[in-house]
Amino acid sequence: MQDELIGRGRREGNRLFKDWFVELDGAADSGEPVAYTFVMGSLAEVLRAFDFHVVFPEINSLQAAVKKQSPEYLNKAEDYGYSTDVCGYVKADVGTQLQDGRHPNGRIPKPSLVIASNMCNTYVKWVEIWERMHHCPVFVFDLPGQRSMAWQAQPGDAAFEADRRYVEGQLEELIAVSERITGRRFDLERMREVLAYVNSMAADWEAILRLNQNVPAPFNVLADGLTYMGMLSAYRGTAEGAHYMRELREEMEFRVAHRIGTVPEERFRLHGVGPACYPFFRRFLELFQEWGAVFVSSEYLAYAGGGLDRGIHYDLDRPLESLAEQLVLTAQRSMSNMFFSQDRLHDAVREWRADGIVYHSVKSCRTVSTGMADSREYLTRVYNVPALFLESDLVDPRAWSEAQIKNRVDAYFEALASRKLAAAAGR
Amino acid sequence: MAVAAPEQIDSILESAAELCSDFTYPAVKAWMQSHPEGRAIGHFQVYFPEEIVHAGGMLPVKVMGAGDALESRRADSHIGSFICSICRSSLELGLSERLGMLSAFYTLPICDVARNLTGIWGRNFPNQPAEILYLPQNAASRHAARYLADEYARVRTNLERIAKRPISTEALNRSITVFNENRRLIHELYAFKRERPWLLSAREAYVLVRAGSVMPREEHNELLRGALDALASRSGRKQDRVRVVFEGGFCEQPPLDMLQLIEEACYVVDDDLLIGMRYLTEDVPDDTDDPLLALATAYLECSTYSPVQHDDRKPKEEMLLRRIEASQAQAAILAAAKMCEPGMDEQVACSRALEARGIPYLIVEFEEKMSGLERMRMEVETFVESILFD
Ligand code: SF4
Ligand code: SF4
Repeated sequence: MQDELIGRGRREGNRLFKDWFVELDGAADSGEPVAYTFVMGSLAEVLRAFDFHVVFPEINSLQAAVKKQSPEYLNKAEDYGYSTDVCGYVKADVGTQLQDGRHPNGRIPKPSLVIASNMCNTYVKWVEIWERMHHCPVFVFDLPGQRSMAWQAQPGDAAFEADRRYVEGQLEELIAVSERITGRRFDLERMREVLAYVNSMAADWEAILRLNQNVPAPFNVLADGLTYMGMLSAYRGTAEGAHYMRELREEMEFRVAHRIGTVPEERFRLHGVGPACYPFFRRFLELFQEWGAVFVSSEYLAYAGGGLDRGIHYDLDRPLESLAEQLVLTAQRSMSNMFFSQDRLHDAVREWRADGIVYHSVKSCRTVSTGMADSREYLTRVYNVPALFLESDLVDPRAWSEAQIKNRVDAYFEALASRKLAAAAGR
Repeated sequence: MAVAAPEQIDSILESAAELCSDFTYPAVKAWMQSHPEGRAIGHFQVYFPEEIVHAGGMLPVKVMGAGDALESRRADSHIGSFICSICRSSLELGLSERLGMLSAFYTLPICDVARNLTGIWGRNFPNQPAEILYLPQNAASRHAARYLADEYARVRTNLERIAKRPISTEALNRSITVFNENRRLIHELYAFKRERPWLLSAREAYVLVRAGSVMPREEHNELLRGALDALASRSGRKQDRVRVVFEGGFCEQPPLDMLQLIEEACYVVDDDLLIGMRYLTEDVPDDTDDPLLALATAYLECSTYSPVQHDDRKPKEEMLLRRIEASQAQAAILAAAKMCEPGMDEQVACSRALEARGIPYLIVEFEEKMSGLERMRMEVETFVESILFD
């Protein structure tokens, strides 16, 4: 039982990812409708209801980086004209598109429709690139987010309802576009099915994240968590996705019951802000694991996991309305995790019993990184949370400086260790 | 009307230039002194419906960085090195207490640096409410205008709280009239520059327009009327120079020295500098029962373009080509602020479109405080010569 369960999430995740790329490779020849979309605000619920093959270019770029192939793609895009300072995810994709969709994991089919939510503004610029390259229809889906630190808009409030109406109107427009492209009528029953799968995935995922409040934590959110999070996007609203999350929850419950952690001795628990450095993924994680440190939570998993971390539950009796409502709620929460995260970070540190926060500021991604230095200053000043600040990139290996990063990581843990000692001595 | 003496333009230009470079905001402070109950409301680039602020008897102030006027001493520890300078120096303005007179600060979802700025503002200036006005990115949606009018109504409610008075339909319509005139005058100024660039440089037009961002709009209208009057009698000799469009100044503003060096080599006959102040291209109806809807509709239906508004009905390179054609330019300078994601992305698209049409272009990068202007001068000169002797 133990042998079969432990590591199943990773193994199955890898297998399903392979299948997914095989399917995309097949779609490159079959001419079936293909939609490109992004992990934040993917609208997978609509796309799956029309059985589009769904491509997530961010996942492709991440995969290229993990496989250490990103320099080739980045160079191609830079030769084409993109500055070294443009988001590396965009450039890794441009590099892929310029080679006719050839990617380390297979061929990426050309799009029949591309969708960008405004949850990252670079998404909007990115779809404009595809629009010019592929002359395909573009749908920019507006999801108005949290307006300010004090913003409190809930269903029923005038401000919330205005956003919801807009989102619902856009859903109807997206459905009409999808009907035109696929030549199929919208099937409400099919959408209900998709929504039910998302409900199930979201409930299990929320429980899985909470299980990491245990000591030792059953998984490292920035290590295996990455595979789990990828599954949330790639298989959102599918039977396989729902089954996967159910099994993953089982694995995590087992780990918790048997106190199986991710390092031999869990000495430090960390909350991570931002993604890892994917071209040096293993090394990035090792720098922490060597100190017995585990990333137990991260708001990266909340927004980059499509907002399934808490609270999504579609009312299947009023599917479209409910979808619109949840889209507004998750957009608000995801965007506030990037722009107004300070108090939530503090809550997460308490709830997940973290010893400190690690900010990884990535040059490519101004969306998640612009506010980090300021947030760190705030968390230290107002909440006295020990924070480490690292800088590199998520896809560009040129931004990685191991010696400097290692020095900072080591100094941080030395300080954390003394702090723990002092706390234990009651000082 | 009395005919203005040609030398009057020099003094108008001088006072406009002073207003643009004085980050103690003298005109704002003077207005506040003469309006003890009045409030100043800050907003970031690019487009903001200032009419709503104005209708509440308040003064809209555009915050758009500080050029090379400030050392970014405090902001550097709050913002990484990969962020554009307008965001950094705007924060520096706040952290150095130069914006204490603002009762609120609005940002727009033009890019994620700007959205993050709202959070940074909120954490650092708890007594100065900062919020995002969510302009729609799905401009072609049938639902966008209603949504935007609702968003404007939300902002109006917040502004009423600050102004401690209601913002009525009549007041909004009156404000629209003032701003319509302002935009008309700016468009006139640009038309003048397109037709007679030897009499009005891009740099001069720029300071005349920019002055409006930090002074009451009625006074700015006066200033522009005076300038247009005085320009009519300005004389100068047309030279045989290449006519270019400058593109890339929609948000962060290039140093004036950079504009000057470009103009030493060619005529800049049109540009997108401070495009937000002339984003609406036609008069907004000022006699409706729903002025917020009128403003929202104008933003979506009667507006120009920028890299930070997506609208399939206005493909940006097509719009640039139109701008080039309408101003009879022979070439374009495609600029981008360093570290500005939307600007850098757009530069590639525009350069490829111009390439395809055989229109010469020069790619440049700028920041508020920049070295390397001499190298840029040489690049511009070489570029212009290559066109002249082609
Ligand atoms: S800016 Fe960040 S969120 Fe946006 S596309 Fe790039 S990596 Fe993704
Ligand atoms: S210059 Fe560019 S990146 Fe900076 S605030 Fe403006 S649009 Fe955003």
